[in-house]
Amino acid sequence: MTVILNEGDAAGTTGAASGSPVDAAPEPDKAMTRGRLVLIRFMRNKLALVGLVVIVGMYLMAFVGPLLSKWTYDTQDYSAFLEPPYSEHIFGTDKIGTDMFVLTMRGLQKSLIIGLLVALISTTIAAIVGAAAGYFLGAADKALMWVVDLLLVLPSFLIIAILSPWFRGKSWFLLVVMLAAFQWMITARIVRGMTLTLKEREFVKAAKFMGQPARKIIAKHIVPNMASLLIIDATINVGSAVLAETGLSFFGFGVQSPDVSLGTLIGLNAESATTFPWLFLFPAGFLVVFVLAVNWVGDGLRDALDPTSTRVRRKEKKDTKEKAA
Amino acid sequence: MAGFLLRRLVNYVVLALVATFLAFTLASATFDPIGVLQQRNPPPPAASIEAKKRDLHLDQPIPQRFVTWMGGVVKGDFGRTVADRPITDELGRRIGVSLRLFLLGITIGILFGVLLGVVSAIRQYKFSDYFATLFSFILLSMPVLVLGPLLKLGAQGLNDAIGTNVLIFVGETTPGFQGNWFEQLGDRLQHLILPTLAIALGQIAFYSRYQRSSMLDVLGSDFLRTAQAKGLTRRKALFKHGLRTALIPMATLFAFGFGLLVVGGTFTEKIFTWYGMGDWLVVGIGSQDANITATVTLFVAVCVLFSGWLADVLYAALDPRIRVN
Repeated sequence: MTVILNEGDAAGTTGAASGSPVDAAPEPDKAMTRGRLVLIRFMRNKLALVGLVVIVGMYLMAFVGPLLSKWTYDTQDYSAFLEPPYSEHIFGTDKIGTDMFVLTMRGLQKSLIIGLLVALISTTIAAIVGAAAGYFLGAADKALMWVVDLLLVLPSFLIIAILSPWFRGKSWFLLVVMLAAFQWMITARIVRGMTLTLKEREFVKAAKFMGQPARKIIAKHIVPNMASLLIIDATINVGSAVLAETGLSFFGFGVQSPDVSLGTLIGLNAESATTFPWLFLFPAGFLVVFVLAVNWVGDGLRDALDPTSTRVRRKEKKDTKEKAA
Repeated sequence: MAGFLLRRLVNYVVLALVATFLAFTLASATFDPIGVLQQRNPPPPAASIEAKKRDLHLDQPIPQRFVTWMGGVVKGDFGRTVADRPITDELGRRIGVSLRLFLLGITIGILFGVLLGVVSAIRQYKFSDYFATLFSFILLSMPVLVLGPLLKLGAQGLNDAIGTNVLIFVGETTPGFQGNWFEQLGDRLQHLILPTLAIALGQIAFYSRYQRSSMLDVLGSDFLRTAQAKGLTRRKALFKHGLRTALIPMATLFAFGFGLLVVGGTFTEKIFTWYGMGDWLVVGIGSQDANITATVTLFVAVCVLFSGWLADVLYAALDPRIRVN
């Protein structure tokens, strides 16, 4: 088995994007496609597998869990105020008698949806802007690099917090837009670096000399060749989006009532952590376990999809550093 | 080298100005300090609302307001709050509170982070390495808003076990605390330990991961083997040649780490009821005060940029190639 994997590794690193079966495989009936190779590499990583199970489990639990409970988020149990977890309320109750399990699941729903949407939107923007900047260079490229620098000084947390009075009382989707609008820049910079090398490759030049317009080259040749990076990045971005959302909601700058997210629950109950710990520990626990699982899956995906990725990233960092100097 | 550092400094001053201008503009455009006044019951007379508008310069266009404000800042006057109190009065005390937290957090974070990273790299795949990896993975998935209350919970357990309040988690001093200088210091230390830990633990995790991988790169390098071959002990080779080289990429991370620290500081101050700059930002946004918000942004920008510039100095000190150019 190791022999096959090594062959595959070699094929992967030399950039065989064709996805053809590895010729030297000793079992010719079992064709080793790139998809299978990635799957096997991913499955080998136990932490990543656990992470994947946890993530899928959490999405299921967030949406199915409340249906199985006999409580809902807008009914109160007047016989149980601030009760610690027991058989009737497995996560306990809060001070008006709402079941904490249902409430936590409701918060989890919102946080998970926001995380997923922000990751999808921001990675898409990053791919388009980064590839375009790297391909065309010029003023747009300069502007991109400068905006990334600026964001380092003016954290996105600060900007969204300042803008929060404006989207107070409006749909939570605005928050998704805001989070996505500030999360794509760093990925875009990495994408830009990869585009710089990709556009010198023969197949891109061939397409160019055959008269393909630039936007088609970007869409058909450059972005698909960065699929690994983009998948990994989208995964990691789910985690960072959830963290950003909870951070803002903690202060009341993010998700607004009547909506509930893990961040609003933690913010509301952080003060009670020492007196009524279950109010705080359950939402906080779900948050930490989710982000941890996302990070593990991200690492596993990186090892499986892109064994050379660390080298690429380091090179990109060095490039930008030389430019800075 | 002086030229390089000077050019970077100018670049940073421009970035800080742009960041502050952006924050001021966004805040002025979204905030509505008059709205609070208008909703009072009975409604205040139109004349006093007009007077308030004039006081806050709301009748002027935003760029002009910024110029007026910035003109004051240059002379050391940061304007007045919506409640008509001079910002400068409070500024010094709040900066002191925040800087104490940041400087301790970052010093402890870098020292222990680098140490942990180096030890993990040298003892790769040993028990201590796995332990450090798990530790930093969990801490990196745990935002300050979870870590802070958890530390409080832990401290409460510890206090209960010992029987006296050793670790205090409300405020930065005991109000009305009497005692000589030494006792005052002790009281401050009791308040300081938990918030510093809340900030430093994340920083340790952050730096140790990068230090580990950059140290691993160096460990496999030829020059380290040569250093040992020419007769240096392993320890001497590791610390005189290895660590110095492995620290170079860390210098650029420094600015990044500081940005994280500032945002984390906001949560720490809120959770441990410290009245620092982060708390002020939340207050400023809550009272829709553009001057406070811009002042805090300027502070954040100056902090991040100063650390960025310090990183450049370190970079130049560690890497001879920069000095020669």
